[in-house]
Amino acid sequence: MNKQLSKNGQDSCIPLVREIAERHASRQGPLLPILHSVQDELGYIPNVAVPVIAEVLNLSRAEIHGVITFYHFFRDAPPGKQTLYLCRAEACQAMGARKLEEYAKEKLGVDFHETTSDGRFSLEPVYCLGNCACSPAVMIDDFVYGRVTPERFDSLIDED
Amino acid sequence: MSKGKVNVFVPSDTAARSLGSEDVALSIEKVALDLGKSVAIVRNGSRGLAWLEPLVEVEVDGKRHAYGPISKDDVEGLFAVGFLEGGKHPKGLGPTEQLSYLSNQSRLTFSRVGIIDPLSLNAYQKHGGYEGLRNALEMSCEEIVDVVTESGLRGRGGAAFPTGIKWHTVLRADGEQKYVTCNADEGDSGTFADRLIMESDPFVLIEGMTIAGLAVKATQGYIYLRTEYPLAIQVMNSAIQIAKSEGLLGDDVMGSGKTFNLEVREAAGAYICGEETSMLESLEGKRGIIRYRPPLPAIKGLFGSPTIVNNVITLATVPIILAKGAQHYKEYGSGRSRGTLTVQLAGNIKRGGLVEIGFGKTLRELLEDFGGGTATGRPIRAVQAGGPLGAYVHPSQFDAPLDYEAFAEFGAMIGHGGLVVFDDTVDMAEQARFAMEFCAVESCGKCTPCRIGAVRGVEVIDRILDGIDESGNLVLLSELCDTMIAGSLCALGGMAPFPVQSVIKHFPEDLRARK
Repeated sequence: MNKQLSKNGQDSCIPLVREIAERHASRQGPLLPILHSVQDELGYIPNVAVPVIAEVLNLSRAEIHGVITFYHFFRDAPPGKQTLYLCRAEACQAMGARKLEEYAKEKLGVDFHETTSDGRFSLEPVYCLGNCACSPAVMIDDFVYGRVTPERFDSLIDED
Repeated sequence: MSKGKVNVFVPSDTAARSLGSEDVALSIEKVALDLGKSVAIVRNGSRGLAWLEPLVEVEVDGKRHAYGPISKDDVEGLFAVGFLEGGKHPKGLGPTEQLSYLSNQSRLTFSRVGIIDPLSLNAYQKHGGYEGLRNALEMSCEEIVDVVTESGLRGRGGAAFPTGIKWHTVLRADGEQKYVTCNADEGDSGTFADRLIMESDPFVLIEGMTIAGLAVKATQGYIYLRTEYPLAIQVMNSAIQIAKSEGLLGDDVMGSGKTFNLEVREAAGAYICGEETSMLESLEGKRGIIRYRPPLPAIKGLFGSPTIVNNVITLATVPIILAKGAQHYKEYGSGRSRGTLTVQLAGNIKRGGLVEIGFGKTLRELLEDFGGGTATGRPIRAVQAGGPLGAYVHPSQFDAPLDYEAFAEFGAMIGHGGLVVFDDTVDMAEQARFAMEFCAVESCGKCTPCRIGAVRGVEVIDRILDGIDESGNLVLLSELCDTMIAGSLCALGGMAPFPVQSVIKHFPEDLRARK
């Protein structure tokens, strides 16, 4: 999933996107659940999904595009194998998050919103994981780690 | 002597997991098996004593004994000293309830947190759960609202609006369909009370929302829950499924013939969606752009219908008020701030965690008696109270009582109860700059003072630090703050300058040209 799918590759997801959109369409306010569901399945929301969702919900493409781009969590390109969320908020700052951020960027060789050249990690900023008494905090996919020193950071990314 | 299984409690909330509680639980299971010891591992929530996590407890003669913080490497040693019988160990802390951090609290909203298995409905009910709803089912809508009003409960999300008055407005508003929405987009740094309760005692939120539904005749509830809390989403969803299958949600709540349905809606990482109208837009499937008020959500909220919007802690406090009465709750607190406040000690603090106490304690008592000073052992230089939009409080203000009005008097706010502690190595100019940067990243873009002002704020601070017309830019920064406060539609642009102003006022020595 670390390479941008070709147009044909993207097209192959259309039936799945349609199925997801139709499954949620009768709910109240179905768009966010649909977008989450698509991103859960595909890792991102491909551009070709936009007109499909628009058609099912009878909305314009612009409206769907507008929602996808408003929320930090939704992405329109495939992420790395794992996504690393680094907390940048105040409680973590108080415990060295700024240094950790520098360290992580240097170590992975990427800036925020980028993916490492080997496709293993995407690096994303996050503003609070709710682990503020055990700062600094990092989330890798769905798992939160506390008191992350640079050394602990190394052991986390070398784990598998 | 009977050879029953010994109950061993290993917390499973995000904080405990983030420090290795999964490995600890596995290790206890394995060593017990190797030694032929019969243990029943209960995955409780967390007691909220984050600095002791993973906090392992053993039940001996009906009393729980604590050991912490435990890593997987400690487990063999624990068995070696006979911790299953309460044996002494360097990390032994004695009976859990006698830990002063806990015994000095007044846990009402958090009375079950860390004690029970979050998904055991049986344990929830054994510890007083669903008494509030049972009482509410015997009451009229007006009576329920009156009890909540009488208790003095105010919105715990930050705005501190009287909950009963909000409910009263929704009850009186015309509408076929009404909604109860729970704002669980706990985005303020330094706050984790919502997460802790959803992960540790999810049924209390379900019960509170059900009571709210009965009170205002709303049949549908939504929990708008941040995507950054995957575990809370999972626990809440499981609890809702259990409540449904046990007839506590659905078309016949507790056999009363009344309907209340509840659903979790996952947010998508926009801080602004913690603002109530923005949250409603998001629930409707739109960009989280804030709405003009009026109309108030209580009159025209979700899908244009009368809607309660309350924070997690507010709704989770309703069951105990209905169970024990308004008077019981009201007895705690000071002045017009009644009941308990859930303080979250965060950042650079030695004993970080959750402290639920009656309003009125001073900041110093919290930071020193509970918190024990900084984690680094250095002096405290500043405390940010009430999230990223809250002022940095100077040590000279630490004797202020925790009370909504007392804090407002000196330009600070309690907000959601988060206290983020910084030691004397903090660069306050960086903190002021971050407040503006954060506002720029998270602005919904609707109004100019916030959208443009925050960007300009970062630039002006950079110019000050670069030594470009320092005094002129300081004046400009103050005026920019005033403009944002006066001209923004919602709290993001309207309050993001508060931390900046507090730095200008209390830490001016940091906000000057660097060599």
